[in-house]
Amino acid sequence: MNLAGKGRDLAADTRPWRDPSAEPFLRISALTKRFDDFTAVDAVSLDIFRGELFCLLGGSGCGKSTLLRMLAGFEEPTAGSIVLDGRPMQGVPPHRRPTNMMFQSYALFPHMKVERNIAYGLAREGVGRAEQAARVAEMLRLVKLERFATRKPHQLSGGQRQRVALARALVKRPKLLLLDEPLGALDKKLREETQFELIRIQETLGITFIVVTHDQDEAMTIATRIGVMHEGHIVQIGEPREIYETPVNRFVADFIGSVNLIEARVDAAAPDAMRVITDDLGPVIVPPMAGLRAGQQVWLALRPESIRLGRGPAPEPGRNHLQAVVEEVGYVGHASTYRLRAASGRLLVASSPNRLHDEDPITWDERVHASFAPAAVRVLTE
Amino acid sequence: MRRGWTLTILAGFGFVFLYAPILSLVVYSFNDSRLVTVWAGFSTRWYAALFTDRAILNAAWVSLQIGVVSATLATALGTLAALVLTRFGRFTGRLLLTGMATAPLVMPEVITGLSLLLLFVSMELTLGWPAGRGMTTVIIAHTTFCMAFVTVIVASRLRDMDESLEEAARDLGAGPVRVFFDVTLPVIAPALVAGWLLAFTLSLDDLVIASFVSGPGASTLPIVVFSKVRLGVSPDINALATIIIAVVAVAVAIAGWQMTRAARRRRQGR
Amino acid sequence: MSAAPEPPAPRPRRWLPGPRWLVIAVPMAWLLLFFLVPFFVLGRISLSEPMIARPPYSPLWEVLADGTRVWLGNLENYRLLVEDTLYRNAYFSSIRIAAVSTVAALLIGYPMAYYIARAPEPRRTILLLLIILPFWTSFLLRVYAWIGFLQREGLINQALLGLGIIDAPLRMLNTDFAVYIGIVYTYLPFMILPLYANLVKLDEAFLEAAADLGAGPVTTFFTVTLPLSLPGIVAGCMLVFIPAIGEYVIPELLGASGTLMIGRVLWNEFFSANDWTMAAAVAVVMLFVVVAPIMWLQARIDRQGGGT
Repeated sequence: MNLAGKGRDLAADTRPWRDPSAEPFLRISALTKRFDDFTAVDAVSLDIFRGELFCLLGGSGCGKSTLLRMLAGFEEPTAGSIVLDGRPMQGVPPHRRPTNMMFQSYALFPHMKVERNIAYGLAREGVGRAEQAARVAEMLRLVKLERFATRKPHQLSGGQRQRVALARALVKRPKLLLLDEPLGALDKKLREETQFELIRIQETLGITFIVVTHDQDEAMTIATRIGVMHEGHIVQIGEPREIYETPVNRFVADFIGSVNLIEARVDAAAPDAMRVITDDLGPVIVPPMAGLRAGQQVWLALRPESIRLGRGPAPEPGRNHLQAVVEEVGYVGHASTYRLRAASGRLLVASSPNRLHDEDPITWDERVHASFAPAAVRVLTE
Repeated sequence: MRRGWTLTILAGFGFVFLYAPILSLVVYSFNDSRLVTVWAGFSTRWYAALFTDRAILNAAWVSLQIGVVSATLATALGTLAALVLTRFGRFTGRLLLTGMATAPLVMPEVITGLSLLLLFVSMELTLGWPAGRGMTTVIIAHTTFCMAFVTVIVASRLRDMDESLEEAARDLGAGPVRVFFDVTLPVIAPALVAGWLLAFTLSLDDLVIASFVSGPGASTLPIVVFSKVRLGVSPDINALATIIIAVVAVAVAIAGWQMTRAARRRRQGR
Repeated sequence: MSAAPEPPAPRPRRWLPGPRWLVIAVPMAWLLLFFLVPFFVLGRISLSEPMIARPPYSPLWEVLADGTRVWLGNLENYRLLVEDTLYRNAYFSSIRIAAVSTVAALLIGYPMAYYIARAPEPRRTILLLLIILPFWTSFLLRVYAWIGFLQREGLINQALLGLGIIDAPLRMLNTDFAVYIGIVYTYLPFMILPLYANLVKLDEAFLEAAADLGAGPVTTFFTVTLPLSLPGIVAGCMLVFIPAIGEYVIPELLGASGTLMIGRVLWNEFFSANDWTMAAAVAVVMLFVVVAPIMWLQARIDRQGGGT
C-alpha cells in the first residue's frame, strides 16, 4: 500500500526545510563515530527542523542506530558536533539531555507498574507527586491505556508495551524524541494501525521525532522527510515523494520500492529530450539532463507502474515501446505485477492496477506491447 | 529425542551413587547401637546426645555467626566486583581484578588457608592487628574466598540482563548511582540471594581454611566434627548430618516450588 | 522487504566517572590485601628457617653490630623439596589421583548431565535440584558417610557378604581407591553443572540433522554432541582437577597413611611438624603447579565472555 502520494500533505509554509532562511532545530555537523578500525558513521551532516517526523532509513549496519545513540548521548562522537535548539551537546550525559529515547526492546522496568514506569522520568526531574499523577494520567489517555495503569510489563501485550514505552518517553515533553525501530516487534496489522497512531500523537504534541527504521514502507508512510543511509553516509535526504520519484543514485532507487535499472549510453541531446542507447531496449527517449557528454554511461530508473501493457499493435507516438512476453503474473488483489521478457532477453517488471471483473486479463505467455513515457524515466549518473 | 535405556540406566546409577551414602547417614542416625554393623532398633538417642553436647552446640553457633557475616560481606564485595567486570569497560588493572576475583574458585584451600594465616601473623607483628586469630580472621578468610563465587553468579546475571533497561533509566534522567539502585539492583536481586546462600553454605562447610586461621574459642562446627570423625564413625554425627540434610531439603524444596511457580507464571503471563 | 529488526549497534561499555573509582577500588583493595599479598608473604616465609620462637620462623634480615644488614634467607627448604623423594612423589601422586578422579567424574557425570539436559521441564528442574541438594549439605559429612560405607563392617561389605559374592570383607577404607571415590563423590556437582549448562543450550536440530543425514545415535554422539559439549567438559574438568590436587580432608579420612597427597603433606608440615617454612615452600611449588591451569581456564572464560 504505497501512500507516498497521499502521505503527509502539508501546506508549503509548514515545510520549513524548503525555506533556505529557516533555522534548523537540530544541526548535526560532520558527525563521525569510529570503533577501532570500523567507521560506523562517516562525517554525517544533517539539519532537522522543529516539528518534523524525520526517518533515518537504511539496512543493517548502515549506521543509523549509532547515529541515534549519539544523539541520545549513549555514544561519544569521534568527531563532529551536535547542536540542539542552539545548545551544543558535546559531553552532555544522557540524563541531562533534553532528548528522550524509545528503545527497540521497550526497556520497561519489569519490577515497576505501568504508572511508575511512566512517572520515572518525572520523578527524576523533581516533579511533585500530584503533578506526576496528572501528567501520567494525561499520557495514558493519549496512548489509550488508562485501564492498564496498575499492571506490570509482563502482563501486557507487545503492542501495549510499545505504547507504554512511548508514553514514558513523551511524558517528559522532550525537545527531541528518538525512536529506535519502534514498530519492529509488532505484527503487520498492528504495525499499520500504530503507524497512524504515531503520526497522530506527534501532530498533537508537536514534538520533533527522529525514527530509525529499516522498513521503507514505514518510513514512506510516517515521515515528513527521510534520510537514506548506507555504510555510514547519508545518501539522500528528501520528502518521501522526492526519494521515490527522483532518487539520486542507483542505491536509493533500488532500496525504495521496486525499480527497473537499465544501463545506457548517451547518444544525442536536444533541448526538450535526450536519446540514449541501451543494449536491452534499443534507443530510448528520456528527459533532457545537463552536463552529460556523448557516449557517457548512465542508468535509467523506471518504476513498474510507469509501464503500460497492451495487446494491440497500435503504438502511441511520443512514448517508448518494446515487445515482450509475459513470463510471470503476480496477482495481489488490487494490482498485478508482471515479469516481462524483452526480445533482448532482459527481464522487466511492470505493475498496473486491476480492473474488477476483468473478463480477459493479461496472462502468462502472452505477447504484449509495453510502453512508457519519457518523463517517467529517471536518468542516474551513479 | 531418543534417550534410550542405556542413558537412563547410566544416569540412574549416578543418582544412586550420589544419594546412597546420604541415605545411609540418615538411616543409621536412628540406629540404637553405636556400631554400624548391627541394627539394634529405632532410637533417637543420638539426637538427644547431640543437643547436650556443648562443644558441638557452641561450634554451631560460632559457625552460624561467621557464616552470616561472611556471606553478607562476600555478597557486597562480590557484587561490586561483578559490576566492575561487566559494566566498567577497560581500565588499568582490569586483568588483575579479573584474575583475583575468579582464581579463588579453583585455588586449593590449603594454599589459601596457609597464606592467609601467614599474612595475619605478619600483620600482627608489624601492625598489631589482627590481635590473635579468632572469629575475625575466619570471617576475613571466608569473605575472601566466597566472594569469588558471588562474583561469578552476579556477573553472569548482569551479562544476561537487558542493558537497555539501564540506558532507559539514564535517558529518563537518572544518574549512575540512581540507575544502580532503581533498576540494576532489583533486576539482579535473585542472583544476589543465590550468591548469599552459596557463600553462607561454603562458609558453614569450610574446614581447611578455618583450621589454619581460626584461634582458641573460635572453633567452627567443621573443626569439631572433623576431630570427632578422625577417630571413626560416631552416630551423633549422623544425627547432625540428618538434621542438616533435612533443613537443606526443605529449603531446596521451597526454592524449587518457587521457581516452578515463577516459571509457570511467566509462561502464562505473556 | 521486512526482515527481522536489526540488532543494536555495538556498544563499548561506558560509565561515568565519580563513584566509579570507589567501586573499582573497594574490591580491588580487599583482594590485593587478602588474596595477592598473602602469596608474597608465603614466598618470603618459605625462604626462612624454622626456629623455636613465636612465630616459628627466622627473620630474613639481621642487623649486625656495625649496622650492616645481612640477608638470612635461603633456599634450604626448596633444596629439601627437590632432594627428598617424599615431596616429589607427593606432587606426582597428587596429580595422578586428581587426574584419575577427574576422568571418573567425567564418565559418571556426563550421562547424568545429558539426561537432565534432555529431560522435559518439570522433571528437569526437579533433577537439577536433586543434584544441587547434596552439594548444599556438608561436604565433610558426605565424606564421613563413605567411612561408614566402606569400612570393614560397613554397608557395602555387609551387602556383598550377605549376597555371598565374597567370603571375607574387602579392604576398601584407607586405600587409594577410597580416595578416588571420595573425590569423585564430593566434586561430582562441579562436573555436572557446567556440563549441564552447556548441553542444555545444544540445539536439538543438530542431532536431528545428523540423523537425517544418516548418522546412528552413537555416531551422532561422537561426531556432533561431544565436540559441541567440549567447552563444558573443559570447564567441569578444571573445576574438579585443580582443587583436587590440593585436597586434604579426603585423603586424610579415606586414604591410607601412605596415600601421598601434597595437601596432606603441607598440613602435616604445618600442624604436626610445626615447620611453617617448609609448609610455605610446599605451598609455593603447589602454586606454580596449579597456576598454569588456572590462567588457562581464565583465558578461556574471558574469551567466551563467561559463557560456561
